[in-house]
Amino acid sequence: MDNWAKLSAGQSGIRRITRFAVDGLHTTIAGTIDFVRVEPLCTPELCERSAEAAIEEALSKAAIGSRGNFPGPLFLGIPPFEMEWPQRRALAAAAARDRTVDYDSLLHAAVSGCFGAVDERFRHGSVAENLRDRFGTRGSPVSVTTACASGATAIQLGVEAIRRREADAALCVGTDASVNPEALIRFSLLSALSTRNDPPAAASKPFARNRDGFVMAEGAGALILESLEAAKARGAAILGVIAGCGETADSFHRTRSSPNGKPIIDSMRKAIEDAGVLPEQIDYINAHGTGTPENDKMEYLGVSAVLGGRVGNVPISSNKSMIGHTLSAAGAIEAIFTLLTLEHQRLPPTANYQVPDPEIPLDVVPNVARDARVRCAMSNSFGFGGQNVSLVLTREPA
Amino acid sequence: MMGVGRENWITGIGMVSCLGDGPDAHWQALEELEPTPDTANFAPYIVHPLAPIEFAREIPKKSDQRLMEQGQLIGAYAAGMALQSAGLKGNPALLADTDLFVAAGGGERDLAVDSAILSGLRHAEASDVFLNRTLMSDLRPTLFLGQLPNLFAGNISILHGVTGASRTFLGEEAAGVDAVHIAAARIAAGQSNITLVGGACHGARKDWLLYVAAAGQALQGTFAPVFERASRPGLALGSLGAFLVLEAAGHARARGARAIAKLSLVLSDCAGRDPLARRAALEHMWASLEPRLRPGQLALISGATGAETATAAERAFLAAHPNIPVRATGTHLGHGVEAQFVMNIALGVLTLMHGRLFRAAGSFEVERGLDGPVAQVIVTSLGRARGEGMALLEAPT
Repeated sequence: MDNWAKLSAGQSGIRRITRFAVDGLHTTIAGTIDFVRVEPLCTPELCERSAEAAIEEALSKAAIGSRGNFPGPLFLGIPPFEMEWPQRRALAAAAARDRTVDYDSLLHAAVSGCFGAVDERFRHGSVAENLRDRFGTRGSPVSVTTACASGATAIQLGVEAIRRREADAALCVGTDASVNPEALIRFSLLSALSTRNDPPAAASKPFARNRDGFVMAEGAGALILESLEAAKARGAAILGVIAGCGETADSFHRTRSSPNGKPIIDSMRKAIEDAGVLPEQIDYINAHGTGTPENDKMEYLGVSAVLGGRVGNVPISSNKSMIGHTLSAAGAIEAIFTLLTLEHQRLPPTANYQVPDPEIPLDVVPNVARDARVRCAMSNSFGFGGQNVSLVLTREPA
Repeated sequence: MMGVGRENWITGIGMVSCLGDGPDAHWQALEELEPTPDTANFAPYIVHPLAPIEFAREIPKKSDQRLMEQGQLIGAYAAGMALQSAGLKGNPALLADTDLFVAAGGGERDLAVDSAILSGLRHAEASDVFLNRTLMSDLRPTLFLGQLPNLFAGNISILHGVTGASRTFLGEEAAGVDAVHIAAARIAAGQSNITLVGGACHGARKDWLLYVAAAGQALQGTFAPVFERASRPGLALGSLGAFLVLEAAGHARARGARAIAKLSLVLSDCAGRDPLARRAALEHMWASLEPRLRPGQLALISGATGAETATAAERAFLAAHPNIPVRATGTHLGHGVEAQFVMNIALGVLTLMHGRLFRAAGSFEVERGLDGPVAQVIVTSLGRARGEGMALLEAPT
């Protein structure tokens, strides 16, 4: 697993954007997936290809079902997407040349019959349906978005379906490929992104005093969940246990969390309670840790309340310091990194931690990975828009 | 399949559409009025724009309204109405524990900015740079949040204090079916006690019409009821929102709430493109419902869109079950995509509350009358490309 080796080596995947011109932009870096070739290059296409690659890897490891026949439902965290500028420009090019372009002229051009593929590709359901066709998952393939918590929500939906005994297995995936000019500009206009473009690898600085925003990134993570009985019965290698899920919605503000931290505190407490463990048993936290001034401060406040006096002693690190913020995929990717942390008994670091923030006195596993005894870990996902999900993961059944 | 375990009661409904504001306005329009689509403003296309709604009744602060585009306004408004009807308004402790399942799309654009950019790009020398600079200067920062799908739910949490589990489903018609299906399954299994579930769609807009027109599925020219468009097929987009409060029977009883209907079964499927497979999916779901049905007291509310080939598949399915009175609400409402299934469930609840079926708007042979009271309503979904679903509603006993 390349990604674990790089992550535990503190290596960053953030680079200067080459996919499109960055002239005039405040942020010119991202964690793009450039090694998967797709045509046309657009968010849903790359989301789908990346998810496929992640699912293939998960399936080969799990050895479950047969090719094209997965014995359970698909839960997919995806970003919202829509027709992008290349598609709009193609429609405009097909519109009458003798007038300025407006939506009436685009509508006129659209009926030529040449743009049906645009409608098909940019329907939100297209990614999940294509994945269902390829992997043969059961029932309606479910697409979900809770912003930066989407991947964790997909896992939670799978856990609940298995607990309801609707299935013995579920395919839970988070995927995101939103690095296009408009999506980047939209985040930029909200002042959410780091603008320290040089060097790119140093831009994402979770929990550091000089943190200045997150770095957009792409990725996909796929988990195959099974009921413990079913996994044991078929002799599967069990990589870890999703012991508990917790969730709350924040009613304070569209982009800021409640100043008292109650929603994120409750999210973590519910996950711990659902797992049937005590806060004292949490050995490690895989932070949401976006590197925005607000998130990291609030996450510290929340973690302090949940862990109490142990807060300075429980290591908490942010994968986003190296892979950036993979948005709708983050919850799934970071749950996987948490499982790998449990497997390797090694804590991935928070990279770029050069200037500690005295207001966030945490052990962030600064810059260098280290070995540790980890039996029970928590992964946090706090969605933009107030949807918070925490997962408690263990190596062995509790 | 969901249908075993705890009983799912519907204890509140809220709805807005081109037919008006709330259940009474909808019932009256369905009973008394001919469909009134807009054939002028989007000509040659036909759409069903939202009736005038006084959003301030549920969203009092202008500052909140300014941060929401039309789709979010529709959703937050219908959600508030459903909470009011379930008697949850003013009960912060209950609202805090209420789960929230939303089906939404979003994607509303600033048409003026897009048009200016596309016009400017025709003459721009460095087109990518022109695009970047114009987006940086002209894009409203609030537009991003104002149409973001998960902020349909975020706004409902903020405005109405609903802060339990929050899940936003994407995927056009399937999103609505998945939201209701999973919400009901969680309640049946004891994973939730009470869930506000619904959808909102601002469909009557040119940026969305563009996709449907590109697919060759937008209704043009002369208006006809959805099942009578075989020679000129097409769907007419609609702007609408609908929410239900689903509640475990025991939870409702304990707080003294009454069922206005029971949601006895919800089924979903994904059949692929083949019209025969889609019809087979309807038959398959029907077979699961059939043992519970009481012919003679049963009506069916169809989610048919008017777009072929899905509508043809449903027409054939209905022709094979000739004794059920059918109403295709898309004729009145237009097609509200993610919100359509929930809206039709809400209209099914309304039918059960009145104990009779509303007037038929079409002359398709299955849109017949029903003598005697309606005690069961089946609601179907067959999205224009995917999203097969069926629900069984029953009058409370």
